[in-house]
Amino acid sequence: MSNPSTSSSTARAAPINPSAAESPWVRWVLIAIALGFISLVLLLPLALVFRYAFGEGLGVYLAAIRDADTVAAIRLTLITAAIVVPLNTVFGVMAAWAIAKFEFRGKSLLITILDMPFAISPVVVGMIFVLLFGARGWLGPTLSQWGIQIIFTPIAIVIVVAFGTMPFVVRELVSLMQAQGSEEELAALTLGASGFQTFRRITLPNIKWGLIYGVILCNARAMGEFGSVYVVSGRIRGETDTMPLHIEALYNDYLLTASFAVASLLAMLAIVTLVVKSIVEWKIARDQAIATGDDPGD
Amino acid sequence: MNASPTPAALYTVATLACACMLAIFASPGCGDFEAGADRAILNVSYDATRGFYRELNDEFARHWREKTGERIRVRMSHGGSGAQARSVMDGLPADVVTLALAGDIDAIARQSRLLPENWQGKLPHNSAPYTSTLGFLVRKGNPRDIHTWSDLAREGIQVITPNPRTSGVAQWNYLAMWGYALRRELGSDFVAKMNDPAHARDVARAQQVAREFVASVYRNVAVMDSGARSATNTFIQRGIGDVLINWENESLLGSRDLDAAGLEMIVPTVSILAEPTVAVVERTAERRGNTDLARAYLEFLYSDFAQDLAGRYYFRPVTEKALTKYAHQFPALELFTVDEVFGGWAEALRVHFRDGGTFDQIYAR
Amino acid sequence: MSVIAARSFALPRIRQPSVLPGFGLTMGFTLFYMTLLLLIPLAGLLLAATRMSFSEFWVKGIADPRVLAAYRLSFGASLLAATLNAIFGFIVAWVLVRYRFPGKRLIDAIVDLPFALPTAVSGIALTTLYARTGWIGQWFDIFGIRIAYTWIGIVIALTLIGLPFVVRTLQPALEDLEKELEEASACLGATRWRTFTRVIFPSVLPALLTGFALALARALGEYGSVIFIAGNMPHRTEIAPLLVVVRLENHDDHGAIAISIVLLAAAFVMLLSINLLQWWSRRYQH
Repeated sequence: MSNPSTSSSTARAAPINPSAAESPWVRWVLIAIALGFISLVLLLPLALVFRYAFGEGLGVYLAAIRDADTVAAIRLTLITAAIVVPLNTVFGVMAAWAIAKFEFRGKSLLITILDMPFAISPVVVGMIFVLLFGARGWLGPTLSQWGIQIIFTPIAIVIVVAFGTMPFVVRELVSLMQAQGSEEELAALTLGASGFQTFRRITLPNIKWGLIYGVILCNARAMGEFGSVYVVSGRIRGETDTMPLHIEALYNDYLLTASFAVASLLAMLAIVTLVVKSIVEWKIARDQAIATGDDPGD
Repeated sequence: MNASPTPAALYTVATLACACMLAIFASPGCGDFEAGADRAILNVSYDATRGFYRELNDEFARHWREKTGERIRVRMSHGGSGAQARSVMDGLPADVVTLALAGDIDAIARQSRLLPENWQGKLPHNSAPYTSTLGFLVRKGNPRDIHTWSDLAREGIQVITPNPRTSGVAQWNYLAMWGYALRRELGSDFVAKMNDPAHARDVARAQQVAREFVASVYRNVAVMDSGARSATNTFIQRGIGDVLINWENESLLGSRDLDAAGLEMIVPTVSILAEPTVAVVERTAERRGNTDLARAYLEFLYSDFAQDLAGRYYFRPVTEKALTKYAHQFPALELFTVDEVFGGWAEALRVHFRDGGTFDQIYAR
Repeated sequence: MSVIAARSFALPRIRQPSVLPGFGLTMGFTLFYMTLLLLIPLAGLLLAATRMSFSEFWVKGIADPRVLAAYRLSFGASLLAATLNAIFGFIVAWVLVRYRFPGKRLIDAIVDLPFALPTAVSGIALTTLYARTGWIGQWFDIFGIRIAYTWIGIVIALTLIGLPFVVRTLQPALEDLEKELEEASACLGATRWRTFTRVIFPSVLPALLTGFALALARALGEYGSVIFIAGNMPHRTEIAPLLVVVRLENHDDHGAIAISIVLLAAAFVMLLSINLLQWWSRRYQH
């Protein structure tokens, strides 16, 4: 949830004054604790996914991934992301513009509400939409009279995923846009550019790295959404199983290798997301350094 | 200064993404499963039937095509029986339901009126085209010496069974223990005694003993998963517990690999006859124009092919022919039914599994 | 979380005047999208809750012993996980900001993994890792300690998903610390430990608390990674979000709604306190 542009790229060297620093002994103990903790909680689980996925050889791995139900799950996941990510990107850019560039009453309330999808339990989200669109729900009976079925179809999956991933792009953009201020936009407007031209020529290039990271993070979350999709999917094999649900189904079918094979695809997506994030951070740091005339450092 | 590489980079990413999508859409084998089907019906089933229906559906599609020339496809949804019933009530458009127990289909009939309440009389054998009972999986060599239900209540035995509030097999497990205790207290003619007012006091005492017995088994439950599949995973993959109570068919199905997995199966000699039931969800099937197909599909379950297939998947078939053929693989047992001991599913659900029912009372302590 | 840090003082008009265009369009679309996707469904839930009498809500959402046990577990495990994250997250953030060591960039990048890794994946991975037969679980099994399928496993799963919140809110705060203060403190004869407790720790405390609250808020609602590793035993290892699903599957809508309302209220309170914390930390720093 933090903003990559402000997090870690400006790490500085250890202080020179020895009295204002820890002894090397303390330093190495702290580093050991940090490394141990990260390995135990993050690195080992990640390594395990790939070890189990490829444990029985590449042939078994490929067979698991090319299974018809798995392919269908991958396809549904991709389609869901292809609908949700653009929607939330457009929303994210619009909302960030309104929040970062203007002062208005109720702004902090708006931001708190925007954060709700982070804190609401995904199963509660799923339940709300079952109650809304279910056959015994409030809208379900009316819609089914018109021949529209929402719950237990990919449409419901798209809706709950859009709900869960709504804030990601906004979050990345607002802090970046607030930090950058509006001077450049104002200058462009003064020089006679239209509002949209200003956005396209000035704002977009300024926020592009944050936007890219926000989009790819939103994409990773959209593909990985589990709890809410679990409640609204109906789990029709080959039709309303997304990748995370398929991982669970395979896991419960004792097909451990296949389960970890699908999991490894999502894990790779997560790694790509982290790599993009690192590149973005480096780019932002470089842009800022060049803008202020400093040496970028690394 | 970054204006030029950025669109290029974005373009590359977009192209790569499209290429990936194309590769997946176009990859051989994918899409075959729905290609060319004129009609599809949805069968909403429970966990333990995955393999059985996968094979059955292909054969039924072939059978239907020979008969009518129409190409059809059967879509499946599997999950815990109670959860599946809930989804059907919420609008999962099932043409047929093939659930673990009659009580779950009763609930659909009663609460959402998608099928008539007398559904169980519409197909032979109480709409149960295959039956099963319960088996114990134990570690190889049976180190804890578990042979029958009473061993589950012994001090220090770790029992794995799913949650009766969500899982069909768990309700059968629970009722089997209960019935076993009644049988132990009242003797082999316990069913007759329960209907005989002259034994009312004995029966009341036996019910009390049964309740305590079941409670003591549940005190030994180490992990209570929400479904049969996860419970089996907990026991086999994770090595938790001394005994897993599961469907006989599931345990036997795994029996080829049981030895390799270091497991052994024990079937208690007194147990319950589990009758997974099937029904056409008439309103849904009618709305979708699938009534004929759905009926034919369920009737097909009583055909020689399906009965033989059921036997191969270690369900107990109901037709004479298949029953004789597969008799050797099922131990002879003394089986009682829910109707005999608990007065039918509706009554069993009301007394034991509703909110604040006997299971909740036992478990809350 | 710096989004939240937007100023919260009341303004005389709805919007302060600005030369920049597009407020109407962007604000209109934002409100439209949020209303459609977020506010209407949430309002629906609240409306559903009002159909319950208060006594029914009390019995199903709070007083039921099984529900209480689930809250105790969910809040207890989340608190413990957030505390672990506060301690170890502090060390990780400190090490990343202050020291140089091999593999530092890798560690810095990998901290964000829980944001990007789907919960189902971390769920099956952690369960396999910490089960009795797993890479780590087998070593604890020698001492008779079970991790998977006990509350310890739940805490580990919740720790994983909460870690980046603490580290990423602490990192900027630690970077902004003024070295001069520390050196002054050292020059005045304070030991390093004293400098840490009196100078460093108080200045990053608001950020630490914010990270803690974020990790807590996220952990309270977590479902995907926990259901694999928890034993899901009523009264013992059943978390509150799972109980919502169990209630739904048992056709007990009111029970599910009542628990959801409690979870929703907890989430809202957490977000509000995070807002306050950020406001406080802004004031603190300036």
